[in-house]
Amino acid sequence: MYQFKRFAASAAIGLWATTALAQDSITVAIQLEPPNLDPTGGAAQAIDSVLYANVFEGLTRFDADGAIIRGLAQSWDISEDGTVYTFNLAAGVTFHDGTVMDAEDVKFSLNRARAEDSTNAQKGLFAGITDVTVVDPLTVQVTLDQPNGNFLFNMAWGDAVIVAPESIADIASNPVGTGPFTFTDWVQGDRLELTRNADYWGAAPALESATFRFISDPTAAFAAVMAEDVDAFIGFPAPENLPQFEADPRFQVLVGNTEGETILSTNNKMPPFDNVLVRQAVAHAIDRQAIIDGAMFGLGTPIGTHFAPHNPAYVDLLTNSPHDPDRARALLAEAGFTDGFTTTLKLPPPSYARRGGEIIAAQLRDVGIETEITNLEWAQWIEEVFKNKDFGLSIVSHTEPMDIGIYANPDYYFQYDNPDFQVLMEELNATTDPDGRNDLLAKAQTIISEDYVNGYLFELAVATVAKAGVQGLWVNQPTAAVDLTGVSWAE
Amino acid sequence: MSRNLIIGAGLSVLFICLAALSFIWTPYDIEALDIPNKLQAPGGANLLGTDHFGRDILSMIMMGARTSIAVALVAVGIGMALGIPLGLLAAARHGSLLDELIMRGNDLVFAFPSLVIAILITAVFGASAVNAIIAIGIFNVPVFARLTRGAALPLWERDFILAARVCGKSAARISVEHILPNITNLMIVQGTIQFSLGILAEAALSYIGLGAQPPTASWGRMLADAQTLVSIAPHTALVPGFAILLMVLGLNLLGDGLRDWLDPRIRVARV
Repeated sequence: MYQFKRFAASAAIGLWATTALAQDSITVAIQLEPPNLDPTGGAAQAIDSVLYANVFEGLTRFDADGAIIRGLAQSWDISEDGTVYTFNLAAGVTFHDGTVMDAEDVKFSLNRARAEDSTNAQKGLFAGITDVTVVDPLTVQVTLDQPNGNFLFNMAWGDAVIVAPESIADIASNPVGTGPFTFTDWVQGDRLELTRNADYWGAAPALESATFRFISDPTAAFAAVMAEDVDAFIGFPAPENLPQFEADPRFQVLVGNTEGETILSTNNKMPPFDNVLVRQAVAHAIDRQAIIDGAMFGLGTPIGTHFAPHNPAYVDLLTNSPHDPDRARALLAEAGFTDGFTTTLKLPPPSYARRGGEIIAAQLRDVGIETEITNLEWAQWIEEVFKNKDFGLSIVSHTEPMDIGIYANPDYYFQYDNPDFQVLMEELNATTDPDGRNDLLAKAQTIISEDYVNGYLFELAVATVAKAGVQGLWVNQPTAAVDLTGVSWAE
Repeated sequence: MSRNLIIGAGLSVLFICLAALSFIWTPYDIEALDIPNKLQAPGGANLLGTDHFGRDILSMIMMGARTSIAVALVAVGIGMALGIPLGLLAAARHGSLLDELIMRGNDLVFAFPSLVIAILITAVFGASAVNAIIAIGIFNVPVFARLTRGAALPLWERDFILAARVCGKSAARISVEHILPNITNLMIVQGTIQFSLGILAEAALSYIGLGAQPPTASWGRMLADAQTLVSIAPHTALVPGFAILLMVLGLNLLGDGLRDWLDPRIRVARV
């Protein structure tokens, strides 16, 4: 049984609120604009970046370090067999439209997300739920078909936030949640505004209002920060400019880790990549440090498998695929490609992909693999690579937390089909004991590393550039979020 | 010869020589990345410095000149090969339905902003040097067609054409044997100008990622890559920027100079 007491953190937030004098608004820039404002319906990360923890809350939530802490659920009991979760909800919570948040809303939200016709982008999070029962207005019981050690983690995702039936119709353009900020205005293509929720049930945030701006062009991002048009830029797109901000006393630079495993996605069903020797050759042809230095100007941690290095369950498997062009050439010869071959390399817009792609193309050329580079916009990339699986190689950062489960889905765009791995994932889902889970996760990481499913490059770092007086911003990105609840201005 | 002509020819020949030289020799291999050696300032082992991948910028400029010149040359070639015959045909059949069709067709192409259509073409058919050539080339066709027709029409009124007609030469033969030689000067001058516009268009297309794809070097893409580096390594943007400037300036001066030099009226006046 887990019981949480109110944290000292909320008291600290209260203190900041009193010390922040004149300035109580902030302008935050992020790169991508959300296509809509429904975190339970859209797949775009930008939706969570703007709304997670600010406007919407779930039963549980991620804190700045990625730990799962209580959200709308103040405490919970887990039955002996691990299949029944009883959540005790916070009292006195209202949605921004004035309606009361109670167990019925939780039931509605979870049932909506797991429904047959649900458009939730992460339906897998709710897959094990068999029943949601309202015990009393502040108690809700969730029954699972089998124990799921990840359940509290799943409920912390932006896709699992609690919404109300009264406001669901317009959620995509007028999000109504329970969070400390209410949605005020969205000028598409320009900015989105939030205002402090005076009736917030928890500790009030220090900021009176916040404006999100969307600046995708790296040059424009640099100009906007330098001109102090924005107070903070979360996920600054041009790592080469960071030393300039670091040297400037007007700014602070925060570099943190993300859940973004940046990989050379490989189409495992497309010859010759259906041959493990070829995939291994590709892995040995890659020089990770050159990519990190050349594309990210040194930001990023090399990875040898699809797992975040800061996670306690991470296994260092870099030794499976050290940079060794001779070995790569030998493996290609063994696979019957003495003269190499030609394939496609389709790149989405971020600089890790565009620059990284040029570097990888040069490294692959060195062992005899020619690549035809195609630069795609995100919409084209989703269509061609993600949906139609029409690619040989691609580079993308998988920023969802704990997403090793995608390797158990043979229809996922890189099309890895390994029954052993799928069984292992089922076993993992059924395991709640932390040590047992870590063992299974280690096994899973090892399988995909030794199968060379994708080229594992590096864990994406996130850089935040902010004015020197801004405090309380998240350094790391355990999930896509710009949590403003703890943000304030120094005197 | 005028000063314009000398400077213009000098600059143009310089870049053409650089491009030609790149076939047999460049200071460094531009396909080999040398990341620890990135963003070196000009003057050291790399005469014009290195870019963000540690590639030698002088070598990139030489290879890029090749791409620019190849794209612009072929595009002008397409324009001339299609535009001049169309113009000659329209002039020979002056006032006919065919003339109308050709010229209104030209107007149609002219009516679209050329770079926007070039973007459309490369976006639909994929970004590559070949598609960039086609996109730029299409817009050269009406330029040459209209110029040819305009220059050929007054010639058709001249006595020596009348003499040729009396001799029984067909309109096609007259166009090729008598009209064409008399408008060649004009075509050379216009060709030079279109060539410089082609270089600019190629740079613009590759700047927005629709021209030659990596690892082929291209001045426009060098500029695009240098965008965020301007404040820390200005040479990465200045060098390709000046390359484009000097090449286009050279071609324009060359075009101007050639016009003065080849135009019989101005030549007579000067004598």
